[in-house]
Amino acid sequence: MDEVLILSRIQFAVTVVYHFLFVPLTIGLVILVAVMETRFAKTGDRMYRKMADFWGKLFTINFVLGVITGITMEFQFGTNWSEYSKYMGDIFGSPLAIEALLAFFLESTFFGIWLFGKDKISPKLRAFSMWMVALGTNISALWIITANGFMQNPVGYVIRDGRAELESFTALITNPYAWHMFFHTVISCYIVGSFFVMAVSAYHLLRKNETPFFKKSFKYGLIMAVFAATATPFIGHQSGVFATKIQPAKGAALEAVWETQEKMPFHIVQFPDAENEKNSIEGLSIPRIGSFLYTNSFDGKVTGLKDIPADERPNVPLVFYSFRIMVALGIFFLLASWFGVYLYRKNKLENSRRYLKMMLYSVLLPYVAINVGWIVAEAGRQPWAVYGLMKTAEGVSPISLSQIIFSLGSLVLFYTILLVADVYLLMKFARKGPGTELATGTEGGVKHVS
Amino acid sequence: MSHDTLAIIWFGLWGLIWTVYFILDGYSLGTGMLFPFIAKNRQERNQIQEAIGPFWGGNEVWLITAGGATFAAFPAVYADMFSFLYTPLFLVLIALFLRAAGLEFMHKDDNPTWQAACKWAFTIGSFLISLLFGVTFANLYRGLLIGKEGYEGNLLSLLNPYGLLGGLLFVALFLLSGSLWIQLKTAGDTAKRAAKLSRPIAGVAAALLALFFLATANRTPLTDNYADYPILWIVPFIALLAMLAAVRFVFRKKIGLAFTAVCITIFAKMAFGFIGMFPNMLPSKIDNAYSINLFDAAGSKLNLTIMFAVAVIFVPIVLGYQLWSYRIFKDKILKESAKGYQ
Repeated sequence: MDEVLILSRIQFAVTVVYHFLFVPLTIGLVILVAVMETRFAKTGDRMYRKMADFWGKLFTINFVLGVITGITMEFQFGTNWSEYSKYMGDIFGSPLAIEALLAFFLESTFFGIWLFGKDKISPKLRAFSMWMVALGTNISALWIITANGFMQNPVGYVIRDGRAELESFTALITNPYAWHMFFHTVISCYIVGSFFVMAVSAYHLLRKNETPFFKKSFKYGLIMAVFAATATPFIGHQSGVFATKIQPAKGAALEAVWETQEKMPFHIVQFPDAENEKNSIEGLSIPRIGSFLYTNSFDGKVTGLKDIPADERPNVPLVFYSFRIMVALGIFFLLASWFGVYLYRKNKLENSRRYLKMMLYSVLLPYVAINVGWIVAEAGRQPWAVYGLMKTAEGVSPISLSQIIFSLGSLVLFYTILLVADVYLLMKFARKGPGTELATGTEGGVKHVS
Repeated sequence: MSHDTLAIIWFGLWGLIWTVYFILDGYSLGTGMLFPFIAKNRQERNQIQEAIGPFWGGNEVWLITAGGATFAAFPAVYADMFSFLYTPLFLVLIALFLRAAGLEFMHKDDNPTWQAACKWAFTIGSFLISLLFGVTFANLYRGLLIGKEGYEGNLLSLLNPYGLLGGLLFVALFLLSGSLWIQLKTAGDTAKRAAKLSRPIAGVAAALLALFFLATANRTPLTDNYADYPILWIVPFIALLAMLAAVRFVFRKKIGLAFTAVCITIFAKMAFGFIGMFPNMLPSKIDNAYSINLFDAAGSKLNLTIMFAVAVIFVPIVLGYQLWSYRIFKDKILKESAKGYQ
């Protein structure tokens, strides 16, 4: 049974991280493509048409994998977490159903119209369709995070007949924890999308390939990046303060705080030692900043892990290092995007090879940041599946070891194939640039093995 | 409305969402299964891809909605159905990956191995989804091996003759639906090849449907409800009638009518099953005491009420823009102008 639990948790982690390699780019990139379509509809400038086609193509390759890997997530609550689903389904199921009804139909239908309707609908309708896809992806994020928000901060429920039942739908959809996470997540997705556009643009700017096209694309990415990277620290800080109020154990793990204390310093260098319940190294300390980060007050009291029962603490080093990586990367995104604004305004962008190279090689960093961010949120909540109500270990399905080995093995295999194919196609089309579309001739058909 | 009434309404909606999924994805899955046998070159492949390109994603969302609605309205059914049918559902998932990636990635590279792999992924994925869902629902009619300690069956116990018959019936009905869809949406050689295939497929589908009803009456408890309310026999009768009409229309080359008749057949066949299962959602073959019925599994009254309101408001909106999309793409796709997934 223990192996089943561990493997089920690994499977959930693997599938959710894979899923979240595709979704953030979808959420971020769709807005830029919609803006490009809108600019084309308004101005009729062919450049915007070309931009929407090129970035839209990369969007298309990525979009389908977000959809595919999403279905696994929906099935998995039933297949692998059936006890959880029975206990929480009355509350957790409806946001998922509403997500499908409000968001997935919208995305998939208008995506179809946008992709295949090129010659059949007006530029205005094309732009409208892309905005509908954008609306769908963002609504989707809202509802799935509403569901997750309940796990983080259960509200609007009553325990009846051995399960959690919905008592207030309003409480469920106004859950402040969910709204904090929603803005934090969606804006982080904009960082993923904008850094992706800047990285691909940098690749071509470095090669002096289609410079006006990629300079303009870079600018679009940059505007979004500056907005998102500037907003993230504020939103992230607020959600951290709020999360700590609701889940002191997660809060304490963020900075590996062992002793409850006031006027807490912030240690720039710190290594937690979970076994001995202390930090083996604390260095470069700034007085009182720790308290401020936790409570918005320099005198604030921070609960330490030692005041939380050992079996209700998360994996401290995992949460601690994930959080540090996320914050460090957040600062990097902020600096990199403002420096880009500086270069752009000085008209030095296309000649700043070092900066362009840095942006090119930074393409994966937002993916890292957003996934370690979710590790903080999810691993930080452990051992609870639903905070204070149900432990993760109680939620697992009574399935056999061979079943979980089969599913985990085949998912890893197929997801890896899909990821390799996706990265291959993205790189191929990103490198190719907007110049020549794939020849639609029959040469592929002649060679084709039937 | 009382809690029980709401629960019964949701049972109806639950069945309806699954049915709409099978009707709609039926034609895209059928098209996928026929793909290598109908499209002989790049241009024809583009034609077939474009025939379902704008729609299949939306069709698949009906499956996600079916899963979500099961979760929301009948949490216990969702939990048990998905964990009992663990292995087949993961096979369905993998088949869904194969279908989607195979279709969309096929022409994104000119390497012949890549294209062949994608083509067969698309076809085999479509086949497996059809077969496995057919097997699953036939086993629901038959009753699952649910005992005192939970589920006692496995993948092999699902692949019993009756289950396989249900699977083949889905495959045949979807093939027919796909072959008619290709004729409706494309012109030229693809439509001609599809027309040639429609006839034998229609015959086989009709034979399988008759056999399936016969087997259901003899091998499952599904017809008990029909014995209590004989008027209900009209539902399987409609299914057979629509099936025969479909065969007739296929041979008379009335493709639009034939397609409609197949849709009605699938609808009535699914309705036949859900009516027979009522009020059970996961019937036990071992003892009806272990069956999970809609009243035991239903969500709370508040949850069902809210979900009902959401469905009443949003389903018409969804249908509205989906119909609009069918209007945009109403023209037949020609060999010369087809682009497919580039």
